[in-house]
Amino acid sequence: MFHIFQKSAQTGLVTFGYPQQPAQIPAQFRGAPAFDFSVWRDARPAAEVCPTGAIQIHDSAARRTVTVDYGLCNYCGECAEADTSGAVKITQNFELAVRKRGDLILTAEYALSPDGNSTYLGAPGPDFRTWDTSNLNQRDSEKLGAPGLDFETGEASNPTDAGAPGPVFGTWDTTTFNPSDSEHESLELKLQQKIHSLLGRSLAIRQVDAGSCNGCEIEIGALNNPIYDLERLGIHFVASPRHADMLLVTGPVTRNMELALLKTWRATPDPKLVIASGSCAISGGIFGINYATRGGVSTVLPVDVFIPGCPPRPHALLHGILLALGRMEQRESLLHSPAINPRTR
Amino acid sequence: MTLAITRYSPRSFDKIRARCAVAFESWIDANEAEIHAAVALSDIRPVVQSLVENGCRLASVFAEDRIASESSFLLYHLFDHPGDSRFLLVRSSIPASNPAFPSVSAEVPAVNWQEREIQDWFGITAEGHPNPRRVALHDNWPEIHPLRKDFPIDTVLPPFEGEQHVYRPTHGEGVFHIPVGPVHAGIIEPGHFNFAVAGEPILYLQLRMFYTHKAIEKRFEQLPVRHAVYLAESISGDSSFSHGTAFCQAIEAAAGIEIPQRARRMRTILLELERLYNHVGDIGAIATDVGFAIASAHASRLREFILGVNEELTGSRLLRGVVCPGGLRRDWTGQQTEACITALKHFEAEFADLMRIIRSSDSTRDRLDRTGTLHPDQASDLGIVGVAGRASGINRDLRRDHPYAAYGEISFDVPVYQEGDVLARLRVRVDEVDQSLAIIREIAARLTPGPHRTSLPPLPPDRIGLGAVEGWRGEILHWVRTGAEGRLERCKIKDPSLSNWPALVEAVKGNIIPDFPVINKSFNLSYSGTDR
Repeated sequence: MFHIFQKSAQTGLVTFGYPQQPAQIPAQFRGAPAFDFSVWRDARPAAEVCPTGAIQIHDSAARRTVTVDYGLCNYCGECAEADTSGAVKITQNFELAVRKRGDLILTAEYALSPDGNSTYLGAPGPDFRTWDTSNLNQRDSEKLGAPGLDFETGEASNPTDAGAPGPVFGTWDTTTFNPSDSEHESLELKLQQKIHSLLGRSLAIRQVDAGSCNGCEIEIGALNNPIYDLERLGIHFVASPRHADMLLVTGPVTRNMELALLKTWRATPDPKLVIASGSCAISGGIFGINYATRGGVSTVLPVDVFIPGCPPRPHALLHGILLALGRMEQRESLLHSPAINPRTR
Repeated sequence: MTLAITRYSPRSFDKIRARCAVAFESWIDANEAEIHAAVALSDIRPVVQSLVENGCRLASVFAEDRIASESSFLLYHLFDHPGDSRFLLVRSSIPASNPAFPSVSAEVPAVNWQEREIQDWFGITAEGHPNPRRVALHDNWPEIHPLRKDFPIDTVLPPFEGEQHVYRPTHGEGVFHIPVGPVHAGIIEPGHFNFAVAGEPILYLQLRMFYTHKAIEKRFEQLPVRHAVYLAESISGDSSFSHGTAFCQAIEAAAGIEIPQRARRMRTILLELERLYNHVGDIGAIATDVGFAIASAHASRLREFILGVNEELTGSRLLRGVVCPGGLRRDWTGQQTEACITALKHFEAEFADLMRIIRSSDSTRDRLDRTGTLHPDQASDLGIVGVAGRASGINRDLRRDHPYAAYGEISFDVPVYQEGDVLARLRVRVDEVDQSLAIIREIAARLTPGPHRTSLPPLPPDRIGLGAVEGWRGEILHWVRTGAEGRLERCKIKDPSLSNWPALVEAVKGNIIPDFPVINKSFNLSYSGTDR
């Protein structure tokens, strides 16, 4: 017994100050790659070495479109090593969580001249956050060829019409709920505020592994250790979805876990939040979309926040969880300094 | 504890061959690590029997689809022997017209699941298998054979219908079933445990795995080798570096290249760091599951400490993106090595304090002693590997028996216990932490400047290679055959968890349900590594 008290006294307080204070992270950490599109003359070497295909190049006539998907990236840093122009740099940024899948995609357009050179034309929108995500959904619609399960009932949505691509949630009746974009956004905002007022101060999370490699579980488990100590923020992990306010889902959603994930979601009382954690939970990651996987949580459930990373480090998970609760905005000015955030470039 | 005796008569396979009743069609000393032999399909059973009687261990059974080039499937049986530092790979050919092979699971239960995987993935019947039910594909999957070459990886399967798995019924007064999973109560991976209990004691446990099956072996056939390393790192996140290294070793064997000495030593250090953070994490998890919160908190703090050391050396907490065929992608400085050694000195003192706290608790010892016992004879029959095997009297460690990286340069102890209970598995981990620290110190002292990678020449097609790594959990095997354009024709992965799940079934028998979590944690098997 004496040892125990002695050790506790010796050890003292070990908990980090994040998010109230900036995170202390080793200089070697590889966070998000940042891209200076205006000087990135040739994206091809980086695209070639990217193991997950997060850097894509589409050439049409005299135009080249380059997209970078942070939701597919596994943060290996190969692109920065392969690129000789100095336009790609590995940053220490880990606060990458977003509410919209499209916000994880950067895009740039170039004019191609006959001699093979390309000239930067800019991003196709004023802000990539509002960029049309139809390109992105191409990946989603590929897998949408697969008949899905109705996420309310868990039954096959339309087994007879197996091959037809449809809307993400095939059984949603869109005729009765079809607000305009602005109405939709204000409804969404109100709903979010309501959820934040209900869950924002104390939150119970049910973690669901929908086929991950267990890398995400290591980092999620670390949130419980004395260093990160999630409970100091009023957030804790619970054993049953019935006690949960939030599902923290990892993995590309294997076909074998699809029904279990849906059942867990249905067992979670409303209002509830869903977070997709890790690149494979966002897009299928390095596993891709295949006979055994669905290719991301959003193909099965509505997702509130996406946390990129492979796996996301505990700070990044914490950032994403607080973002889902609307608690991150209060710290926005402090935490999103332009120096570390490639997106505010 | 019995310490390992260095046992060495390096060429015992040659003697065994002479004693074998059945003639091999061929026998080639392929390289320093492997012998390649071939037998007729009809001779498999006598050959396996004869080799096993002579003290060989059947480590793995796997197949590949060679219909396009040879109109047949190839079946491989991989053996090792305590007196030989090489592996023996026995090949036999299965005609595509009659896809069946003689099962040896009745004689060698260790390959029960592996033979059934071949049935599921290739549609080759394991004739005479005592339990030929599906294992890798759930019962409600359509009749598909995904590892056949004519099955496209992006095939869209219809929604599944029918029973997912039929569990053995249990009858009797007061006997009932407790189904658990696939979504478990903690932050762990999915799988289904079906307990049959009479009161608190467990009568038997039925496992249903493969919930996280994500077509990894098939996916290896799509990716260029340099990208496939990242897939290898994602087979089981807690063994990212071990799986990555096993894969790279297989590629290096196929390419016939040697990696620089510095790379071998750096790999050794990183492999041991991976062992450290997982072992100390497991020690903490065992403490958690007996309700010893303070020990668990200290252990999780120490695990976080090692993850920080990992990051400072390599930029990745889980040691990802470091290993590559030919060595390592990144070097580190002498200063970083020194910082690592200083940090580990601090860790060593902290770990000693942690163990003093755990050892001072009689109630913890009471919960662990004779809980979840796996008897040595059961462990040997089931071919249990790694920590669980060494806690049940199996004196085997690939680092010593088939040296790779820089393990051949040094000597170290392999802790072996006979008790086979949770306490023994805890002790193996504690002893291995001490050994790992000593290994890192010794290798770091030898870490001289030099190249950290050699370039990988273009891979010619149809080369094969085996990579074997003693991960922190146990034996990790990767076997590759190269294909055209720098891609792989086949990559077989065997995670130690695949061998060890049946041990859990035996170990929980007769224990009470409240002890299941701690028994399960003492094995700490990877679901993702099993399911792939």
